[in-house]
Amino acid sequence: MSWFRRYRLGPLLGLVLLVFILGVTSGQFFTVSNLLDVALQTSVNALLAIGMTFVILTSGIDLSVGSTLAFSSALAAQWMVAGISPWMAGIAALCIGGLAGALNGVMVAYARLAPFIVTLGTMTLFRGLTEIYTNGQPIFNLPNSFNGLGNGAILGIPVPVWITVVVFLIAWAVLSRTVAGRRIYAIGGNEKVAYLAGVRAKRYLVVVYMVSGILAALAGLVLTSRLATAEPTAGNGYELDAITAVVLGGTSLMGGEGTLVGTIIGALILGVIDNGLNLLNVSSFYQDAVKGLVILIAIMLDRKKSEGR
Amino acid sequence: MSCLEMRGIEKSFSGVSVLRSVNFTVEGGEVHALLGENGAGKSTLMKTLTGIYQADAGEILLDGVPQTFRTILDSKKAGIAIIHQELNLFPNLSIQENLLIGYEEDFRGMLGWVRYKQLREHALALLQLVGLTRSPETPVSELGIGERQLVEIAKALQSDLRFLIMDEPTAALTAQETQKLFQIIADLKTRGVGIIYISHRLEELFAMADRVTVLRDGMTVGTYCLREVAEELLVERMVGRSVENRYPRSISDPGEMLLELDGIQTRRLPTPISLTVRAGEIVGIGGMMGAGRTEVARAITGIDRITGGVMRLRGEQIHFRAPGEAIENGVALVTEDRKDDGLLLSFGVRFNLALPTLDERQRAGFVRTRRECEFVEEWVKRLAIRVHHMDQPVVNLSGGNQQKAVFAKWLARDPQLLVLDEPTRGVDVGAKQEIYQLMNEMKARRKGILMISSDLPELLGMCDRVYVMRDKAVVGELTGDEMDQEVFMTLVAGRQGVQE
Repeated sequence: MSWFRRYRLGPLLGLVLLVFILGVTSGQFFTVSNLLDVALQTSVNALLAIGMTFVILTSGIDLSVGSTLAFSSALAAQWMVAGISPWMAGIAALCIGGLAGALNGVMVAYARLAPFIVTLGTMTLFRGLTEIYTNGQPIFNLPNSFNGLGNGAILGIPVPVWITVVVFLIAWAVLSRTVAGRRIYAIGGNEKVAYLAGVRAKRYLVVVYMVSGILAALAGLVLTSRLATAEPTAGNGYELDAITAVVLGGTSLMGGEGTLVGTIIGALILGVIDNGLNLLNVSSFYQDAVKGLVILIAIMLDRKKSEGR
Repeated sequence: MSCLEMRGIEKSFSGVSVLRSVNFTVEGGEVHALLGENGAGKSTLMKTLTGIYQADAGEILLDGVPQTFRTILDSKKAGIAIIHQELNLFPNLSIQENLLIGYEEDFRGMLGWVRYKQLREHALALLQLVGLTRSPETPVSELGIGERQLVEIAKALQSDLRFLIMDEPTAALTAQETQKLFQIIADLKTRGVGIIYISHRLEELFAMADRVTVLRDGMTVGTYCLREVAEELLVERMVGRSVENRYPRSISDPGEMLLELDGIQTRRLPTPISLTVRAGEIVGIGGMMGAGRTEVARAITGIDRITGGVMRLRGEQIHFRAPGEAIENGVALVTEDRKDDGLLLSFGVRFNLALPTLDERQRAGFVRTRRECEFVEEWVKRLAIRVHHMDQPVVNLSGGNQQKAVFAKWLARDPQLLVLDEPTRGVDVGAKQEIYQLMNEMKARRKGILMISSDLPELLGMCDRVYVMRDKAVVGELTGDEMDQEVFMTLVAGRQGVQE
């Protein structure tokens, strides 16, 4: 069973099991349109979770992604309404996300504040700024050319899914194949050891939070385009879904251990559960309870495994 | 007189046999040393004795009566206590509260309150026994390592103590603290307590132990009376081959100036420090713990910012702002605490060895994995690091192999100046020899080494010159004939001439 443990197949096994159960109990699950729907529904959370993986690998946490998502989308939406091209507005939104992340990163790395507290603060701050900026009102009447980002399809596959796949491949290559990825893992393993080995740990920490912020902004653009609206309450609670996906994927909250493949599997597990419970007509009251149970069971199984060493 | 006997003890972990027939007898009132290289099975044997592990075969007899210790509590009840290398005290609690843990029932008052007055008296009596003059209300976090050790001993004395196991108790103690500890051990001896004493420091054993049992590869090599045995024989028995020269210092032939500190100061070093290291030279820094030795290493390698004075590397004035800059300029530091500062414990050997030199094996930012594997294999071979596979977590390596891994990591950068902070602490004789060889190789290749060590014979034996530090200042420099223990100790103790 060592290969099972080495490649951390627990999450994958859970996903396969879940898909199997739903395939048997629901006739609609295994249709192409439903599977694409799962992928589409998962994409926003997956984007956030990819950024969150970077942060958690350094033994940090980013609670501000939901608010960053709302803030950057609100700005982008307002600019588009004001006549700025969607491309320009989109790029500006990504920059806003990056700046938000940089603010988190600087406070964590240079001011040596606890990531949980810093991002708890910025979470509330960015949400407040969004509400001030939008006056609490949703922003409508976005240009039609912005529609394609969330609702279009290429080769029959929704654009958000393409975006997620591309982001995933790049992020995966960075974390598992590059020198920078090695250093991120090293910082998470023991920041002091990494620093003494010449790793510019503070800079890397800032970059990691920027990645999370930029991906939050990207997820925000996708969400805004899909809904054709920028809501001031958009992304509320999304940070927890992203963290859940990362943890379900087997990444340690202590840092230094985990993979992006696991994170994607974790995000898919959450997506499949949501989708399946809808297909099975489970009342939305029960959905959260079931989701919570699945998460607890998954984490307990993972815990059993890691105790084995 | 009580007697503790372990007979034919065997123990294996997932098929790997760690103890293969060990026989070991301790009498009450003797100090019995346990000697062996890292991985020889000392810790496993002691864990078997105290009930943390169960032996696969063999028996434990106390006064001739067979015992089964299923947990550490069982052995405690039988009067056997162990003081681990990493002390097991709660630093956030006071001395008396630490003594209370495990004996809560004895001090339970009405409504479950602690009877503090009684606890205080009890604690005072115990502290007096171990010679610690501190208020029982002092938080343990305010105590030095030596004092904490005394608290541990006091804790062990609470029950009817018959045998006390001490694992490397002097590793972190100053000379005075060590003397005090030996005094207490002598007291315990006269009270009939048998002491099992684990240490790598042979000098200590000859100073205070009665008998010694040598373990090698999980087997008892023999038990000797320390008054009748020569040091060389013990080393030979322990390593399994004869070691001609414990400190193989090579001929001194210093070259051009490599490092020059001219009155440098940092936040942690208020007094200006001056010293030099030449190419092809091993220079030592000696002194007590807290004398400022590590702080000098921190200043040189860019961990602490230099606030005054001048540092020159190969004649050029230079100040590093981060360890990364020092590394780029050919200055590497092997830190004191390999577990906390030197290695990513849960990560593999390959990951750890490659970390400082990642940039040398990359293409467009991507790690060249095959080259990396070749690189790691080469260094593992060159330093004879014993690993099962390249991605084995370093936490599973023995102390000596871990230390060699740290060395490999830095030697791979081919530094001009290597700063070593306690390079052989907790490392067995065999691995020590290998580390000394590595140092000599670097010396022969005209590199400079600055070595901090608390191991006096090592410092005087390996270095070409030694600086002595006291109270964050350099108080002397020893060369040639002055490199003598007595001269050294006088300098360390200060001009008032405190003996020892």
